[in-house]
Amino acid sequence: MTTFLIYLVLILGIVALVQLIRVSEISNFLNGEDGIMVTDKETNNIRYMFVAFFAAFIGFYGWLVWRFWDILLPAAASEHGKAIDTLMNLNIALITIVFVALHIVLSYFLFRYAKTKNEKATFNTHSNKLELIWTITPAVFLAGIIIFGISAWNDAMRNVPEDAINIELYARQFDWTARYAGKDNVLGKANFRMINGTNALGIINEKSINDRLSAYNEKIAELEESRKSVFPGGTNDQEILEEITLQKKHRAYIEQLQAQNNVESYSVADDDILAKVEFHIPINKPINFQIRSQDVIHSAYMPHFRAQMNAVPGMMTQFYFTPTMTTEQMRAKLGNPDFNYILLCNKICGAAHYNMQMNIVVESEEDYNKWLSEQPKFFTAEK
Amino acid sequence: MSGHKEPFITKYLFSYDHKMISRQFLLTGTIMAFVGMVMSLLFRLQLSSPGESFWILNFLLGDKWAPDGVLDPNMYLALVTIHGTIMVFFLLTAGLSGTFANLLIPLQIGARDMASGMLNMLSYWFFFGSSVVMIISLFVEAGPAAGGWTVYPPLSALPEAMPGSGLGMTLWLVSMSLFIVSSLLGGLNYIVTIINLRTKGMSMTRLPLSIWALFLTAILGVLSFPVLFAAALLLIFDRTFGTSFYLSDIFIAGEALDRTGGSPLLYHHLFWFLGHPEVYIILLPALGLTSEIISCNSRKPIFGYRAMIGSLLAIGFLSFIVWGHHMYISGMNPFLGDVFTFTTLLIAIPSAVKVFNYLSTLWQGKINFTPAMMFAVAMVSTFITGGVTGIILADAALDINVHDTYFVVAHFHIVMGLSAVMAMFAGVYHWFPKMWGRMLNKKLGYIHFWITFACAYGVFFPQHIQGLAGLPRRYYSYSEFPMFEGVADIAMIVTVFAVIGGLIQFLFLFNLVYSMFRGPKAPQNPWRSNTLEWTTPVEHMHGNWPGELPTVHRWAYDYSNPAHEEDFVPQIVPLKDGEVDGGGH
Repeated sequence: MTTFLIYLVLILGIVALVQLIRVSEISNFLNGEDGIMVTDKETNNIRYMFVAFFAAFIGFYGWLVWRFWDILLPAAASEHGKAIDTLMNLNIALITIVFVALHIVLSYFLFRYAKTKNEKATFNTHSNKLELIWTITPAVFLAGIIIFGISAWNDAMRNVPEDAINIELYARQFDWTARYAGKDNVLGKANFRMINGTNALGIINEKSINDRLSAYNEKIAELEESRKSVFPGGTNDQEILEEITLQKKHRAYIEQLQAQNNVESYSVADDDILAKVEFHIPINKPINFQIRSQDVIHSAYMPHFRAQMNAVPGMMTQFYFTPTMTTEQMRAKLGNPDFNYILLCNKICGAAHYNMQMNIVVESEEDYNKWLSEQPKFFTAEK
Repeated sequence: MSGHKEPFITKYLFSYDHKMISRQFLLTGTIMAFVGMVMSLLFRLQLSSPGESFWILNFLLGDKWAPDGVLDPNMYLALVTIHGTIMVFFLLTAGLSGTFANLLIPLQIGARDMASGMLNMLSYWFFFGSSVVMIISLFVEAGPAAGGWTVYPPLSALPEAMPGSGLGMTLWLVSMSLFIVSSLLGGLNYIVTIINLRTKGMSMTRLPLSIWALFLTAILGVLSFPVLFAAALLLIFDRTFGTSFYLSDIFIAGEALDRTGGSPLLYHHLFWFLGHPEVYIILLPALGLTSEIISCNSRKPIFGYRAMIGSLLAIGFLSFIVWGHHMYISGMNPFLGDVFTFTTLLIAIPSAVKVFNYLSTLWQGKINFTPAMMFAVAMVSTFITGGVTGIILADAALDINVHDTYFVVAHFHIVMGLSAVMAMFAGVYHWFPKMWGRMLNKKLGYIHFWITFACAYGVFFPQHIQGLAGLPRRYYSYSEFPMFEGVADIAMIVTVFAVIGGLIQFLFLFNLVYSMFRGPKAPQNPWRSNTLEWTTPVEHMHGNWPGELPTVHRWAYDYSNPAHEEDFVPQIVPLKDGEVDGGGH
């Protein structure tokens, strides 16, 4: 029934439109118009409408800013973010002026130079002087923006200070893990072949390597054992042999990893700490985020700190910043006791991309150290 | 050449005639555009009312993708992806260039047809095939490609990563490969035609700006689409033959993949080496058509004709050395951020020149507000509005925080999407009499214009604010985030405008179809224009001109030339004694 009604409405709508066109054609004919020439009345209406339209548009801009002022991101909570904010405000002011001015000029010209009867337009083809002016003026402004912009970028991307705290942000479908380097401030090595249910980041230390090797050895022994119960050389036997070859290949990779490492490089991982759901960072200390991904491209986006960097499988990326406001300070400033800094995923990564978040807590150094000391070390934690 | 009755198949289907091919491109592009537009309306419903049930979603997508009328997250991503693909490639590349390059190049340069009618026909049919494959991919079991229109691997390379990366993605790649072939066949043909088949007197500096723009567009396409083809080919290898061009160190679906040594960044570089020129492949024809329409309807020469050509050349050249601004935070060397910030901001200069020249063309003109002219004015407005925010996004430092947010969505929809769509509407209203020999209804055109223009800004302008609130794009829902609570009101404004703006396009469609068959017959030169296409007979014929090809004596912009009685002087009118061509330019 609904479907029928929809078709009925559609058909009636089209019939109505056809009649509308017929009526407009007849009225054109009666008024001696050809339906091509724009009549004086139309011209007059349109030029007023254009002015009204652009005025309303600029008004809409003002209204949006006024109405939604509070949802805009608050001022940057990081050191490099201040330069970015200044540059952003300058840019927005500049482009708002250009945008409004050009629309005023456009509206004025449309209004002023709308067609009148039987007069010809002024025949001006070009003006080298004018064109030079409006090539050079934007060039000068842009030169300023380029210099300011590049220096802000280099500032944000400059070499990481040596005392920066190393934290890994590890992305996978669909969550984040933060890994702290522990006392030595060196993150343990990791490899994607070491990943399994209990070691989601594939961290390498002596224990994890040995666990892994013994798991493979056990599996291979088990498979060898099961060969005894099948007909030698038969289909089942072939399958088992293939599986053994595969397991040996996997084991060889781990043995390779083992050979590349020594006791020293194993031990740096021993004190690594993992955090989920939320992670803490201290105020006024440079934090160096080393960003990795397990599966597809993700992006670590921390809007309040003006920080963003992709997490790319197969390579490590990094972004560092120094937070300048604790969570408590920001809550007080915004008057919102529930406020939290946040880490989002900002590169399309699959069905639950929209809900891949982690809270960030910025606190004093003492509180941070206290929190960190309460966190269990990954390799000694009960699992 | 004319007079005998042609069979249906060679006249309407496998036609070599550029005017027929142009109409084929327009109609196919329009159909694809409606598909893409309806998709955007569907995901807008989800974005303004997350998780709510809509009868229409269930009606169009079925129980699998919209159980109880609630959009499935995978289908949301698929809709976003296919909407982007269709709009960027099928509407604004093939639909826009295909229609107007085919229509205008031979007619405005005074040629009997394209250099190769055969290639031209193939170009359309590859495009048609590509469209069909893309539509078929919507009906695949696991859904169409859903990794975003940029289809970054590994997400797009591994079926384990998301359902859309299975057969849907394969069909996407097949469709795009056909599309690239179509684009190359068309582009080569346009270039050859413009270089070789200009009529007597039609020097390069007498070409209308529409032809200059289409010429440079074709060159950009021919130089950049093969790179996309390479990217797609390597992606096909990674998906099918177990290579690892883009894959390395991946653990997915409980398994460590035996793929090492590749880099997703390689794909970024290859994709955006096309991707950025692609923006100008869309924009340059829009600028060209607008130049033509504004000049004709202001009854004034386009201001600074040579500067307009120069700025087209500058934009075309620069478009090849700015692709890295899509990659500031991709993990590439930060030093490249400096380089690409510099080159990208340079593009603002020729773009500013174009805007100022449009405005000074209006200055002291006698503006004739045809629907085409109004859409051209809208294009100038959107080009300004969207262009200025480009200055923010070009800046690596500022891009850090607005990258992949709604700010970007607002920027490119306005500067590229709206500008090109407005110019395309302008082009259709202006050249419809040439394409079908009939007039579109003017009153419906006015209604269509005002509602479209208002809704266009109503949809995309507020998204700047969402972006400055930090809202990431391609989020199925943001109700999980306390910080995005206030964004919901904006989303509602956007959706309301989108639905109204979407529905009004059916009025345009109606006007188009009705006028094709029932519109009043077009006069010879309805807009009193100078260019050669209006010297051909209203009824289409092979070869365009019944007798000799016309000889060109002057540039295309002698509007309101004081040396002449009329306010326009067609290009075929010989120069008077002592008259200087090009207004002494």
